[in-house]
Amino acid sequence: MAWIELENISKRFGRVIAVDHLSLDVKAQEFLTLLGPSGCGKTTVLRIIAGLEIPDEGEMKVRGEKVFSSREGIFVPPGKRGIGLVFQSYALWPHMNVFQNVAFGLQIQKKDPGILKEKVITALDYMRLQGMEKRYPQELSGGQQQRVALARMLVTSPSIFLMDEPLSNLDAKLRMEMRAEIKRIHRESGATTLYVTHDQTEALTLSSRVAVMDRGRLQQVDSPLKIYKRPANLFVADFIGSPTINFIPGKMIVKNGKPFLEGDHLLLPAPPMEYLSGKKVTVAIRPEDIRISKKEEVNSISGEVYSVLPAGAETTVQVRKEGLLLNIRLVEEVALEVGETVFLQLSKDSMLLYDQENGNLLFPPQD
Amino acid sequence: MDVSWKGFFQRSKFTLSQPHTLIGILLVLLLTLFIVIPFLQMVHETMIWQEADRRISRAADPGAWTLFHFKRIFSSPLSVNIFYRPLFHSLTTSLTISFLAIAIGALMAWLVVRTDMPLRKTIGIFAVIPYVLPSYTLALAWLDFFKNERIGGAAGIYQYLFGVPTPDWLAYGFIPIVVTLSLHYYPFTYLLVSGALVSIDSHLEESGEVLGASRPTILRRITFPIVLPALLSSFILTFSRALGTFGTPYFLGAPVRYFTLATTIYSNITNRTPAMAYISALVLILISLFIIYANQKVIGSRSFVTIAGKGFRHRQNPLGKWRYPALALVLSTLLLAVFIPLLLLIWQTLMLYPNDYSLGNLTLHYWQGKGNLALAEGESGILRNIQILGAAWNSIKLSVIVALMTGMMGILIGYAVVKGRKTRLSSLLEQQSFLPYLIPSIAFGALYLSLFTRRIGPMPPLYGTFLLLVLVCMAKNLPFSARSGISSMFQVAGELEEAAAVAGASWFRRFRRIILPLTLSGSVSGFILTFIATMRELSLIILLITPNTRTLTTMTFRYVEQGYSQFADAIIVLIVVLVIGGEFIARGIGKREMI
Repeated sequence: MAWIELENISKRFGRVIAVDHLSLDVKAQEFLTLLGPSGCGKTTVLRIIAGLEIPDEGEMKVRGEKVFSSREGIFVPPGKRGIGLVFQSYALWPHMNVFQNVAFGLQIQKKDPGILKEKVITALDYMRLQGMEKRYPQELSGGQQQRVALARMLVTSPSIFLMDEPLSNLDAKLRMEMRAEIKRIHRESGATTLYVTHDQTEALTLSSRVAVMDRGRLQQVDSPLKIYKRPANLFVADFIGSPTINFIPGKMIVKNGKPFLEGDHLLLPAPPMEYLSGKKVTVAIRPEDIRISKKEEVNSISGEVYSVLPAGAETTVQVRKEGLLLNIRLVEEVALEVGETVFLQLSKDSMLLYDQENGNLLFPPQD
Repeated sequence: MDVSWKGFFQRSKFTLSQPHTLIGILLVLLLTLFIVIPFLQMVHETMIWQEADRRISRAADPGAWTLFHFKRIFSSPLSVNIFYRPLFHSLTTSLTISFLAIAIGALMAWLVVRTDMPLRKTIGIFAVIPYVLPSYTLALAWLDFFKNERIGGAAGIYQYLFGVPTPDWLAYGFIPIVVTLSLHYYPFTYLLVSGALVSIDSHLEESGEVLGASRPTILRRITFPIVLPALLSSFILTFSRALGTFGTPYFLGAPVRYFTLATTIYSNITNRTPAMAYISALVLILISLFIIYANQKVIGSRSFVTIAGKGFRHRQNPLGKWRYPALALVLSTLLLAVFIPLLLLIWQTLMLYPNDYSLGNLTLHYWQGKGNLALAEGESGILRNIQILGAAWNSIKLSVIVALMTGMMGILIGYAVVKGRKTRLSSLLEQQSFLPYLIPSIAFGALYLSLFTRRIGPMPPLYGTFLLLVLVCMAKNLPFSARSGISSMFQVAGELEEAAAVAGASWFRRFRRIILPLTLSGSVSGFILTFIATMRELSLIILLITPNTRTLTTMTFRYVEQGYSQFADAIIVLIVVLVIGGEFIARGIGKREMI
């Protein structure tokens, strides 16, 4: 069952189109991440769902109930949508202590003081904030502030969690820790979670599904693995993965009855797509799918080592071939010198083919 | 896009359902009534015959259209005396004052912020005091010292000391006006430039040094351009204030018939030729507009953001052998601008007979004496004088009410502007709240005089009421509180309020529990500024005061006119005490509120 349904939602700010006819279903209890570069409209989508922005057009349902419709003039304010929201800045009220911050939502719901206190303490305990009740936000570390923000969201037990880049203000170590924390909260509460981030690692590790956005439009909604392995278009392919995916532009040709990609000064065996012969395409291949060797092999292409970037467990090697600079990710140790000539083996089984005209995936076909 | 009528109504329904839009619309209506309409009304009045014109022209036909006033002011045999000469005086004094004030303020800021001059911290505190004093304090002190027998009454200390009358050029006119007002206005520059200097990371200067630039080159090529926007803002602020100020040019200029546009506005109103006053006011507004426009052209987007976050530090430039001469210069400026004038005023209030500077002549009569018919027509000392105490009460009441209401307006304007960012309503409101800034004080008073002496729709004439004083002071102080409201709202009206909205809090609850507590502590300084400004306000209200609504400042004015300098000076001293006391109380409350 769809827990949140967006249908044809658009939002403009002046001349800028932040969200462009977007339709999206979020299933009950799933963890869906909106991923995209800054300014792609992902935060606006989250704010529209929260009721903090009023769309210019479209319809939206939460738990099957219409909360917005431009045609019918329906708009349900944020407090009546049964959602919890964690802001990027945490938005803890600086003039209230931790207890008061967490208790605010319950006070609005006019909960009995005894129950209120019990619920606040439970939420604080759950976020491991025992003994912090009297502290003010300014007196807490970034990680603790984050926990208070989560406790404030949890305390009213909403069935939908919205999180807007909640981890972007934390250092790398804390971020790892809080990722696990957020995953635990999602699993134990079973709340439908919509998470906004520009950090792909976060998106891929946390989510059941990822929705990639660019310039106000949805580019692809799929499982993290699908997003990585079969990016639906050039934008997604380029955005996902680090080091970034390699693009080799060229033309499909058939030679001796076999398909090849003919690029600048190179000829690569291509997947069986003879019917595309003559078409301009871009081949995309992940850095880990390129093999590097010091000896020439059949169908390998030669290049010059441009830079070697060791990073502990893995090493990124950049190899220059004419106008192209290819990233290769190596797990094993290889002794390579800058300037050395090497030979690259691009497996045609892991190649992705994109239409140069519209940027869409041609091969392997979407299922 | 949904272009149907129905869609349009739906959208406006959503828009109107947002509290900030409603508040914005309400505020725009209010500001239109109290700022835009008075302005239009004033323009209108310059173009129709007035009842009072019957005295000066036979063609007068009250209520009908005419260009008579414009012709009379711009191209008649009287023009030189009633317009061109005062205009020339206004421009020359304001320009000279601006340059002097900027020179003093900028030098002092640099010495305090960027050098190793001794006593920097203490001087930093005292440097802004002239701003707290009423602008004509120095004028009165000047008169106490240099006054000659021309305006009657006793001559000043100068004549007592040197035995010859003070020459007119030293006692009245251009020189005293320029000296006293420069010493009064330099704190604007001091505050703005020291703010800019504090925000310059020394690294910027050091990078110049590393590249081999000499000290003067660094000052000229790096430091100066960075503070240039602050200097230009200081210029606008000082120039427009000097242009619109009334007290000092009146006290120091009128005795020798040295008029500026601001003082001709006053005399035209008191001579019941208001249309002439309004035209002069329009000219003042046009000059201000031109200066601000020119500034926009010059600075444009060149306001530098130089705050560099962490690793931010300052290096003090060593002055070497100039350390003590610099200190002496600064101290003597402070002595001249603050301490000597105040001492002079206090001394003056303690003198039983003017012009007798012996110790035996000292008395507390003018403070607490019972009326003595031999002295000042039997007026009793100011601490026993019902009229003065009434005026003091009026001043306090006015300043507190105006400070509170303006602060509240500022918060609401800030809310509507920030929440509605990028909408037309928001920018209209922002512009409207800035408008009073362009209008010189005396002209603003004239606007209100022209509009509120009659009934407007259901609103009875407000002339002569305390409410009118509150309104005019609120309107005039609005630009500053709106600025501070907008800037404090940027931190509060975003996610902090939205978090409460998501929790289900209604707008009133959000405003009371989140927005108000968080902006109030930031508004204390704005409150103090408005309080001080209102406490010493003369130019703005002098045209609107009636015997029932007298304030301390207008009482001083009356006593100066009558030549009772002891009373005038004593009231000034009282104002200074009230201003400083008010500031202490407000800061105390502010501290307690800020946790």
